[in-house]
Amino acid sequence: MKLNDLERSMLAGEHGAAAKRALEHQIKVGEFFGAADFVPVTQAHVMADTESLGEPGIAWLEALGREQGRVRVPTITDPRGTDFAKTSVLGHPPRIVDLERRVIEAFQKLGVLMTDTCINYQTIQAPARGESVAFGDTGVVIYANSVCGARSNYEGGPSAVAAGLTGRTPRYGFHLDQHRRATVKVRTEFVPKTLNEWGALGGLIGRLAGNYWAVPYIEGLERVPTSDELKHFGAAMASFGSIAMFHLAGVTPEAVEPKLAVAHRVGQADVAALQASYAPQGEIDVVVFSAPQLSLYELRELAAMCDGRRFTKPLLAVTSPQIKPDADRFGLTKRIEDAGGHVLAGMCFYQSYAREIAEANGWKRLATNSAKLVNILGGYGYVPLLASMEHCVEAAEKGRL
Amino acid sequence: MIYSARHAIGKPVRGQALVAHDGFSARYDLDRARGVFSRATHKLAGQSYAGRILVLDTAKGGVASAWMLHEMAARGVVPLALVLNSVNPILVQGAAFGNVTMLVGFDGDITAKVPHGATVELDPAARTLRVL
Repeated sequence: MKLNDLERSMLAGEHGAAAKRALEHQIKVGEFFGAADFVPVTQAHVMADTESLGEPGIAWLEALGREQGRVRVPTITDPRGTDFAKTSVLGHPPRIVDLERRVIEAFQKLGVLMTDTCINYQTIQAPARGESVAFGDTGVVIYANSVCGARSNYEGGPSAVAAGLTGRTPRYGFHLDQHRRATVKVRTEFVPKTLNEWGALGGLIGRLAGNYWAVPYIEGLERVPTSDELKHFGAAMASFGSIAMFHLAGVTPEAVEPKLAVAHRVGQADVAALQASYAPQGEIDVVVFSAPQLSLYELRELAAMCDGRRFTKPLLAVTSPQIKPDADRFGLTKRIEDAGGHVLAGMCFYQSYAREIAEANGWKRLATNSAKLVNILGGYGYVPLLASMEHCVEAAEKGRL
Repeated sequence: MIYSARHAIGKPVRGQALVAHDGFSARYDLDRARGVFSRATHKLAGQSYAGRILVLDTAKGGVASAWMLHEMAARGVVPLALVLNSVNPILVQGAAFGNVTMLVGFDGDITAKVPHGATVELDPAARTLRVL
C-alpha cells in the first residue's frame, strides 16, 4: 500500500506503539483486498461487546491504553453487553458485569465516547453523502451507505478501533465507486406495513443478493419508507445476506436504475413464508424488542400498545442511552413498565450474552418484531417467533402468540 | 489437485477439511464454548470445527467474528483455517487479528472441488490449496 508521510511515521512508531500496531493491522487487511492507499475517516464506530471480545480482546484493548493509544477522530461505541441498571432482569452475573466495566475503562483511556448505540445515524450524527467513515455494525453500515450516501465497509471491532487510532482506513470495497454500483435488480410487489414485514423483506432480499459484494437495486416500493422502516429493512438485509449497501429508487442518493434485467421478484407470499419459517405461533417465554435499538417513535408506539395491559411474560424494550432519558421524560418508560415491561438502554439483546440470559431465566421461545434478531438467535438455542409489535405485545399479555 | 486463490493471509497449514456449501459466521453459527456448529439449519450442524480447515461458500452475518476468531484462537478452539468462495471484510479482519489462515476466491465453487474429510494443505504465500 502507498503510505503518506503521516502513515509512514505511524508505522515507524513515532506516534506511539498503539498507532503503529493499529496501522500494521490495517495494512494486513488492506493488502488482502488490494487497497492502493488509505482514506481518511471522520468518525469510527466500534462493536465491542464482551461476549465477542472475551478476555483476550479486553486484554488487547487494555494494552493499547498502556501504550498511550488515543483516538484521532471521534470514535463511538455500539451497544454494550449489559444494562447496568437491569442486570437482575437479564440474569447477568457479576462476572459479566465486571468484564463490561473493564472494557468501558479501557475504551475511555483511548478517548472513545461510550455512546453504546447501534442507531447512531438516528441519535448521534448521521454521516453526509460522500463522507468516509469506519462504522462497526452491519445495520449502521448499510444505513450509512444506502440512505445517507456515506462510505463505509463493515469494520469489525479491532479494525474500527484501529481506524479511530489512525484516523483512516484502507481504501477498498465501499470506499470505491466501482463497488457502490447496483449488481442485481430486485422487484418487490409488496409494500410492507409493519416493521417486522420491512425486516422480513430486507432479509429476503439479503438472501437473494447473496454476499457482501452484491448491491441490490430495489424497485416497486410505492412510497418513501421512514427512517425506522429503513432501519429494520437494512439491518435484516445485512444480517441475512451480509449486504453493505442497497439502492432504493428515490431514496439512495447514488441510485441510478441499472441496465439489468429483474433477477428476482418478491411478493407478500415470500415475506409470509419467511416469517412462517420461524415458529409461527404458540407459547412464548419472553418478548424482546431490540436489534436495532428502538427509536423514540417506536417506544411511543409501544407505550400506546401497553396502556391498560398487564403482562404475564417478560417484555424487554431496548433502546439507546440517548433516547432513554427522553423516553423517561415523556412518560413512555413508565407506561411500558406499568404494564410489566422493562425498558433497557445501551445494550442489544443478542450482544448481551443471549445464551447465558436464556439459561438464567429459562427463556427459549422468544417473540420479537425484529427479523435480524430471529436470524441471529437460532444459533443461541432460542426458538424465535417473528410477528408485529402489536402481536408481540398481545403475546406478552396472553403468554402465547 | 491444486487450486489457486485470489486472496490469502496467514501461515501454511495442513489439516482435515470440513466442507459444505453454506455460510460462516462465528456468532450466528457456532457454539464457541463447545467448539461445534450450533445453528440447526447449518449443513455442518453438530460437527466440531476445532483444528479443522473449513471449506465454505461465503461470510455471513455481522461484525462479531472479527473479535471472536481472536478469542477462539486464544483458547485453542478455533478452525485451523478458513477457505471460502467469497468473503466480507469482517472475516479478513478477524483472520488478520486472530492469526487464522484464510484463502478466498477460486475459479469455480471450491466447496464442490474439495472432498469432505480430505486432508488439504494451504500455502498462503503461494495462494494455493492442495488436496493430498
